[in-house]
Amino acid sequence: MHKKTIAELAQGLKDKEFSSVEITQHYLDRIKRSDLNAFITVTDELAMSQAQAADEKIAAGSANILTGIPYAHKDIFCTQGVKTSAGSKMLDNFISPYDATVSHQLNQADTVMLGKANMDEFAMGSSNENSFYGAVKNPWNADKIPGGSSGGSAAAVAGGLSCFATGTDTGGSIRQPASLCGITGLKPTYGRVSRYGMIAYASSLDQAGPMTKTAQDAAIVLNVMAGFDEKDSTSAEQAVPDYTANLNDSIKGLTIGLPKEFFSEGLDDEVATQVMNAVKEFEAMGAIVKEISLPNSAYAIPTYYIVAPCECSSNLSRLDGVRYGYRCDNPKNLEDLYLRSRSEAFGAEVKRRIMIGAYALSAGYYDAYYLKAQKTRHLISEDFKKAFGEVDVIMGPVSPTTAFDLGSVKDPVSMYLADIYTLSANLAGLPGMSIPAGFSDKLPVGLQLIGNYWSESKLLNIAHQFQQQTDWHQQMPQED
Amino acid sequence: MEWETVIGLEIHAQLSTKSKIFSSASTQFGQAPNSQACAVDLGLPGVLPVLNVEAVNKAIKFGLAVNAHINQRNIFDRKNYFYPDLPKGYQISQMDLPIVGEGEIEISVGETTKIVGVTRAHLEEDAGKSVHDMFNEFSAIDLNRAGTPLLEIVSEPDMRSAKEAVAYAKKIHALVQYIGICDGNMQEGSFRCDANVSLRPMGQEKLGTRAELKNINSFKFLERAINLEVERQQDILEEGGSVVQETRLYDAVKHETRSMRSKEEANDYRYFPDPDLLPVEITDELMSSIKASLPELPVEKKARFIAELGLNEYDADILTSQKSLADYFEIMLQDNAKNAKLCANWVMGELSASLNKNQLDIEDSPVSAQDLSQLIARIGDDTISGKIAKDVFKAMWSGEGSADDIIESKGLKQVTDMGAIEVIIDEIIANNTPQVEQFKSGNEKILGFFVGQAMKASQGKANPKLLNQLLREKLS
Repeated sequence: MHKKTIAELAQGLKDKEFSSVEITQHYLDRIKRSDLNAFITVTDELAMSQAQAADEKIAAGSANILTGIPYAHKDIFCTQGVKTSAGSKMLDNFISPYDATVSHQLNQADTVMLGKANMDEFAMGSSNENSFYGAVKNPWNADKIPGGSSGGSAAAVAGGLSCFATGTDTGGSIRQPASLCGITGLKPTYGRVSRYGMIAYASSLDQAGPMTKTAQDAAIVLNVMAGFDEKDSTSAEQAVPDYTANLNDSIKGLTIGLPKEFFSEGLDDEVATQVMNAVKEFEAMGAIVKEISLPNSAYAIPTYYIVAPCECSSNLSRLDGVRYGYRCDNPKNLEDLYLRSRSEAFGAEVKRRIMIGAYALSAGYYDAYYLKAQKTRHLISEDFKKAFGEVDVIMGPVSPTTAFDLGSVKDPVSMYLADIYTLSANLAGLPGMSIPAGFSDKLPVGLQLIGNYWSESKLLNIAHQFQQQTDWHQQMPQED
Repeated sequence: MEWETVIGLEIHAQLSTKSKIFSSASTQFGQAPNSQACAVDLGLPGVLPVLNVEAVNKAIKFGLAVNAHINQRNIFDRKNYFYPDLPKGYQISQMDLPIVGEGEIEISVGETTKIVGVTRAHLEEDAGKSVHDMFNEFSAIDLNRAGTPLLEIVSEPDMRSAKEAVAYAKKIHALVQYIGICDGNMQEGSFRCDANVSLRPMGQEKLGTRAELKNINSFKFLERAINLEVERQQDILEEGGSVVQETRLYDAVKHETRSMRSKEEANDYRYFPDPDLLPVEITDELMSSIKASLPELPVEKKARFIAELGLNEYDADILTSQKSLADYFEIMLQDNAKNAKLCANWVMGELSASLNKNQLDIEDSPVSAQDLSQLIARIGDDTISGKIAKDVFKAMWSGEGSADDIIESKGLKQVTDMGAIEVIIDEIIANNTPQVEQFKSGNEKILGFFVGQAMKASQGKANPKLLNQLLREKLS
């Protein structure tokens, strides 16, 4: 049952092959047996009651496609009455009094929340080793990282612990773990999905999206997540198309741009081979491949590691021990309260980025760092603008390597390189996708698709067409 | 050495919107602590600000009223610092691109008028309130104020005395009330001032080192605080010392200013554009519709009072100095169009004196504009004399009823019946033969004696004009 897609489960529910209660119980049992550490909180009781309610709707004939489908919700989305920790000790005791817009939308669609998925603390990380609740393991190999920051979400879907999951992507946090775990992940255009109630890491880069088994499932979930939200000023006042409508369009004549900068030094040979094989598959389907250049993509990492820390240093200021979250014991005075609460509750990577951000924004350094980074960011966007004048979609690797060993990357700067191909889409605000495209040494390799603004329908169509021709997305890790 | 005082003011005017600048929580004053703070005001994880368009409209209104440049594309920045009553760890404010750019306003001190520059005015959210005296050992936080919309109005350092600074602050205070963007309530903190004060040798161009006086909430205190600070700085400079740039607090109880923090301890606010808010784009259409909605401004009203009502500069200035005063005066004019000067005299005379004596604002006057208007009308139509009117006013003040009621019940109507006055005069003439002789022999002054006697006999009710006329006829 856990191999079924949303579309298949929905059909089964409709045909009365099984009930949502049965599906939910099946997943809850699997979660209980799993040692992937994919969840921070498992919401058994809530899930069962949601499943029961869903079954009643199905019986009454008022179900929609997501009614009764279980999912894992990244622990960065506020959920009323359920702990929302963002993977941090800081919010270990935080029970949100309100629902994030995405949580609300999924509830409205009658989905079943199995629990809150593990993640790197405040979404900072590329390996899911920065969680206060411990690292998540890659379902394909328990010694490997699942990627981050949405590592729990990716592992839950890949490991058959939930039918789909939510993720957020600030610099690749949906696409990279999707790639390393062999699932489909979509980061929509910035502003497509509301950020309200999503604990902010870097506001101008954060974007939520679906993590699923297939492109079709991603389209189904995005239909629910997307849309203007009056509570989020940066969400776009733009109509939401039916993302499932154009999945079967022909992609004959599609122009694919391959940025030469995405295939240079640092890219693992086998990963490159798998990616190129996938591109050849597209050629066989009638697509035209063109080499392009994104000359400023070399600056994506330094730019990102200024912009994101600047914003996070400010976004995380509210976690001061005064109103909610962790507070140190017996503070001597106000200064001590701030200092010790934050020192004791934030992890090393979070502290590192707060300090980088505070430094880069400080008087005297602002122009040299923040302002410069914003200018470079503009140049990176311009590169894409030019590229999309020539091609329909950009393809390339998601990650330079397959999943690496847990604990193997100790130097933070080397870790930052894991996001080298994903960051620029966030800096430009463009939609990006990762779809399973092969294996290297028994570990999944993802193919990245980057589209023009608001081209989610097209990306999903391209990905779906690929998944009609290949079976990489149907592979599941061996279980003992 | 002769010193020149240089003063610039930063005024925080609370915009009178129903809800907060970035949330839908109410801004009503005086509610139970933390009862008007929603998830956004509390800075809960994940919440986002949404700009209240009313606050923007009110800021534009102010800008247009001081002839300022409006930045049609303006942005919000984050001002980062830690304080328990600042829930997000930053205040959303405007730094590089404020909504209101350079403008100006005219002030009058005594007979002279001058133009003071408005450097800028920007939108920002207020912080909450720390309460230190409620719990033993602990401070408490009330976030009802958090997110209240403020317009920070920054002046050029164009003022040269505490009196000028007060005149400017009063002008801004009147203006924001005229255009309906701020209730101006200083006790409730809706209108607060910071003053930057420095001294320089007379004739020197370069500004001296300034001290900033924080959070002054009355015009009286503003004047006192500045004068104190000028004295303090002058003493330092004359002894050859130098003024330290710092923030100072005015203590109204001890009547002193004292240091709060020096420049060395100044925060690095790490301003940057708030990524949660898009730039504000103001269309030409919005600007012209707001311009069209502007009421008559104080400066225009003053000019009209002089030109159309024939008031002098001084009276017109005072009557337009507060919206409530001008409103009161204009209600009176409705029934007393021809007696504008008389109305002005009564408002600035009897009414103001009574208000001052009882420490009341004009809004709380026991005698309403309509009531006083009726009284003026009775003077105008000769029902009572100006002198009797003062007694009537006193009775009205103590709540004895309307002017007409009081005149009626106390029988204060002027006697304009020739016959009745004649009877009184005849009697007085008959009883005061020596004085009649004196008048006849040319002593004009003695006429006053007869008037006095007649008034006394009529209990002040005889129409003075008629009385004079009749007396002359009878005596000659």
